[in-house]
Amino acid sequence: MVKALYMSISDCTGCQQCEMACSYEHEGVFNPAKSRIKVFNFPEEGRNVPYSCTQCADAWCMQACPVDAIYINTKTGAKEVSDALCVGCKVCTIACPFGTINYNHATGKVIKCDLCGGDPKCVEICPTPALTYIDAEQTGMAKMRLWAKKTDAGQAAQS
Amino acid sequence: MDYVIVGAGPAGVTAAETLRQIDPDGSVVLVGAEADPPYGRMAIPYYLIGKIEADGTYLRKSDNFYESKGIKYVQGVAKSVSPDTGKLVLSDGAEIPYDKLLVATGSHPIRPPVDGLDLAGVHHCWTLEDARAIVRLIGDGKDVVLMGAGFIGCIIMEALAVSGANLTVVEAEDRMVPRMMNQTAGNMISDWCRDKGVNVMTSARVTSVTEGGGKLSVAVDNGQTIAADLVVVATGVKSNAGFLDGSGVETEIGIKVDNHLKTSVDNIYAAGDVAQGPDFSTGGWDVHAIQPTAVEHGRIAALNMAGKDAAYKGSLNMNVLDTLGLISCSFGLWQGTEGGDSVERIDEKKSRYTILNFEGDRLVGALTLGRTDHIGVLRGLIQSNVRLGVWKDRLMADPNRLAEAYIGATRVI
Amino acid sequence: MSWTKKILRVNLTSGTCVSEPLNMDWAKKYIGQRGLATKYFVEECDPKVDPMSPENKLIFATGPLTGTAAPTSGRWSVICKGPLTGAIACSNSGGFFGAELKNAGWDMIIFEGKSAKPVYLDIDNENAELKDASAMWGMSVWDTEDALRAARGDNDIRCASVGQAGESGVLFAGVVNDKDRAAGRSGVGAVMGSKNLKAIACRGTVGVPVDDAMKFMQAAGAAKQILADNAVTGEGLPTYGTQVLMNVINETGALPTHNAKDIQFDGASKIGGEAMTEPRESDGKANLVSNAACFGCPISCQRVSQMDANHFTVKGQPKYHGKEGGLEYEAAWALGAATGVSDLETLTYCNYICNEYGMDPISLGSTVAAAMELYEIGAITDKETGGIKLEWGSAEALAKICDQTGLGQGFGKEIGQGSRRLCEKYGHPELSMTVKSQEFPAYDPRGIQGMGLTYATSNRGACHLRSYTVASEVLGIPEKTDPLTSDGKPGLVKAFQDATAAVDSTGTCIFTTFALTMDDISPMMAADSEGGWTSETMMEAGERIWNLERKFNNDAGFTAADDLLPQRMLKDAAKTGPAKGKVSDLLKMLPEYYELRGWTAEGVPSNETLARLAL
Repeated sequence: MVKALYMSISDCTGCQQCEMACSYEHEGVFNPAKSRIKVFNFPEEGRNVPYSCTQCADAWCMQACPVDAIYINTKTGAKEVSDALCVGCKVCTIACPFGTINYNHATGKVIKCDLCGGDPKCVEICPTPALTYIDAEQTGMAKMRLWAKKTDAGQAAQS
Repeated sequence: MDYVIVGAGPAGVTAAETLRQIDPDGSVVLVGAEADPPYGRMAIPYYLIGKIEADGTYLRKSDNFYESKGIKYVQGVAKSVSPDTGKLVLSDGAEIPYDKLLVATGSHPIRPPVDGLDLAGVHHCWTLEDARAIVRLIGDGKDVVLMGAGFIGCIIMEALAVSGANLTVVEAEDRMVPRMMNQTAGNMISDWCRDKGVNVMTSARVTSVTEGGGKLSVAVDNGQTIAADLVVVATGVKSNAGFLDGSGVETEIGIKVDNHLKTSVDNIYAAGDVAQGPDFSTGGWDVHAIQPTAVEHGRIAALNMAGKDAAYKGSLNMNVLDTLGLISCSFGLWQGTEGGDSVERIDEKKSRYTILNFEGDRLVGALTLGRTDHIGVLRGLIQSNVRLGVWKDRLMADPNRLAEAYIGATRVI
Repeated sequence: MSWTKKILRVNLTSGTCVSEPLNMDWAKKYIGQRGLATKYFVEECDPKVDPMSPENKLIFATGPLTGTAAPTSGRWSVICKGPLTGAIACSNSGGFFGAELKNAGWDMIIFEGKSAKPVYLDIDNENAELKDASAMWGMSVWDTEDALRAARGDNDIRCASVGQAGESGVLFAGVVNDKDRAAGRSGVGAVMGSKNLKAIACRGTVGVPVDDAMKFMQAAGAAKQILADNAVTGEGLPTYGTQVLMNVINETGALPTHNAKDIQFDGASKIGGEAMTEPRESDGKANLVSNAACFGCPISCQRVSQMDANHFTVKGQPKYHGKEGGLEYEAAWALGAATGVSDLETLTYCNYICNEYGMDPISLGSTVAAAMELYEIGAITDKETGGIKLEWGSAEALAKICDQTGLGQGFGKEIGQGSRRLCEKYGHPELSMTVKSQEFPAYDPRGIQGMGLTYATSNRGACHLRSYTVASEVLGIPEKTDPLTSDGKPGLVKAFQDATAAVDSTGTCIFTTFALTMDDISPMMAADSEGGWTSETMMEAGERIWNLERKFNNDAGFTAADDLLPQRMLKDAAKTGPAKGKVSDLLKMLPEYYELRGWTAEGVPSNETLARLAL
């Protein structure tokens, strides 16, 4: 069963613990600015929405990488960035229509969610049901894919 | 089915992989012109500064990648195509028969008609071989003149600056990156580069390069003469379509293709920088010489070559550029459209700039400076054609809420 | 390590911003935030200083746990000499500003002097700069935040600012951050306004490292589990917010009403947490939209409310029709129960006004209640009020006078001076429900005896948050004590005061202590910061901080005579409820308290006590 990070749009309280867990896991420091997941606040709607990479099937970032620095973790299905190979050209950051792969000025490389190797720390720390790591088919991935398709440059009859 | 792909850049390699995936029984031949294995030109600047070795630029990293995938890699330069007999002819005389041919030969740098560009010490920066030559000539305190401050010139500029060179950039147009940035943003980039110690000349043309006393002397039409150890020419590129002369394949600014990326000749397709493909934003036909388009072209062309009916909605003109630490991005109709709304924010002190262009309540184009977080949503907003609804007004009031707009407009919150 | 070890010193007179190293000897004795900033303040400021003069200093301080993954790590404080009280003022807030300041690499900011013209402090990590705020002067907190975001072109900045109340010298003006979180009490906003300092805008991306990250995550994880499993922090507060208390305290017979003439309010059920979730008669929608969290908080007690757009207070004013910070218990009590107003929507509006103009709703509501009593007995009339009929329970009068107070208009100017000054002016000082000139909050000392001593001895004037014995006397945390007896309360108050001073100095929220003990908190401190923190050293630091604050007040001229409740608490027996017939036993508790504290009978820390605490 492929699992996916499910980010609810109704349960998040905006506490940013996920951002701290993420930045700690990946950068060794509590720093929301370096988190791969970000909570967006919607004051008009009175909502907080956690947002990160959904490991989309199209893998725009991976396709666009000119140096093969993004690869699929066969265990988790996550698209991961190889720090050793990434040159920091940022092409993936404009290619990803979700805006979930970002340039890290400090390292000169890009960062994105890697599902923490199958044990996402944001999920572990989330005090609400806003973040869960569950069967991909239950996550509303279909909806995300629909939007991905709208971005898709080619109405490809993919085999 | 015999598939032949001529050109081993991102479009060609992606096409080869796609074909191999969907037609396991077909034969796939990939023809590359250069001595190096297929590599990404986007990575050359990082090779110049020593951030990576040459193999760090390779499009696929494993040693026997092509062999392991059952892709036959051939080194050679295309000389001609004979559609009647279904053959690609190489400059060494070799003939490669095809059932379906993909032309993904990219482009080559233009050498402007200026005296002295054939002197030693004058180089393009296009191929890995060019880069190796430049690496030998740069170093701390060297005088370097960069002709052209377009996208290609600018991505090289950082590497030249990092090398410790005294760098002069000569751009014929009135601003830097004129085909990617408007006047405001182009000027902000110029100011930024000057602030970093680069001598930026705009509306200026090199009139001649001469040699004397072990140095080059670069004359500029603004009256200045600059001594140089190295001159890098980056004044534009032209499609590598000359070998198609006589084949019946129609060309304009690139090879003309339909929305299946097929050329005017049956069984011949084109992809990447050489192809004048459908433009998502304008509905017209254009060359978008960028990595994501090359990859999309490669995939779509391959699908059609293998008999799938894959219609292409068009590529989005977009780019990202890092000029000495100032990151700029352009998307779609960044110049705006007639009658469309736009919103602009300028912070010159912080070198931050954003302009968003709308048609109705859809985003159609954008430029940004000094912004990197979640920047991809600009592509998402434009290419998904999403109606922004209330987010149009919110973006007009505050164009910084880009990611929120994307999330808000594409997911029900 | 989770001190950034850097202080930003801003001289508003000269316009300079200078970075200086944190005094680590002090940090290891006073932890951070409340304690450490008080130490700096006491060392640098004359206790006799006029609070509204340029010589008063104003400190914005984070704690060592601020900005970390510790639960409720969004806390920060403002420290100065309070203009309402003349005592040490330390007002604590949540939201996101504090964590942002810490992420920018600063433990605290010390403001000195006074700017010649309105300015705001713009912080971008290590870069700090004073900028012209002339265009923002006169703006509300909400508009100021919008203006700052536009000026920076960055929506990720966090802001703390004063509204019109802080500018016009309302003595209970607060500093408001993130639009509806506030360092509300004692008039810290008036001090900020007196310095022509409109706001601080901050963006921090440096990050917050801790000493032993592995141990820290374990300790924080354990603490979060306890908070999640606890009925108050895991269920009551997330569901109803602090408003869960309205009916509870009313039933306890300790909800001061009609300026504490009564201690039970018959409208309580209409303005409490449950009422906020029920459909309104007018439009069928509930006042409460959702809960929300401050930075790092798994409890998320914050209320997000949406008013009926046709309510008389907001009709035709779209800026109040959105989703905004809703009523907390103290605000609902002060604006509602204290004044006899039981219209939830009016209270919500007045609460918005407090956030928007930057005022403390407790002092505001309590002062309005005092004014209503003055009006009832004829000490003030329509002549003074400008025609506002300040009658008990009048929603219209309440809304009008709240507006006027925030904007410094009409009779609101007098309300803005607080109830002690108001009641003195009109010849009835006994009607001011204050200690050290600060209005006391939502718990009646006759019905909850420990709170009488809490108010009387609070170093910043009457306050529930210095030793929240309600936890023990009503909720049974950590163990149940009888609210109607004063026996054992001096010891309880002292223990709560010391523990609270310590927790307030860490950068976390006192609400965690509904579930956490010092044994749960100190492991986070130990893993976070150098100093080998234990529960014992934390408690000792808390006691040290308490005594330091007391010493400052004594040096400022306060004596034991100021540790006094209003006569109404001591003489007028409760009329109804479980406490019927009771008065506060303060005078019995005080001597015992002084003795436990190691203070003289005059309420002065003895030399032995000072020596024991290395003061």
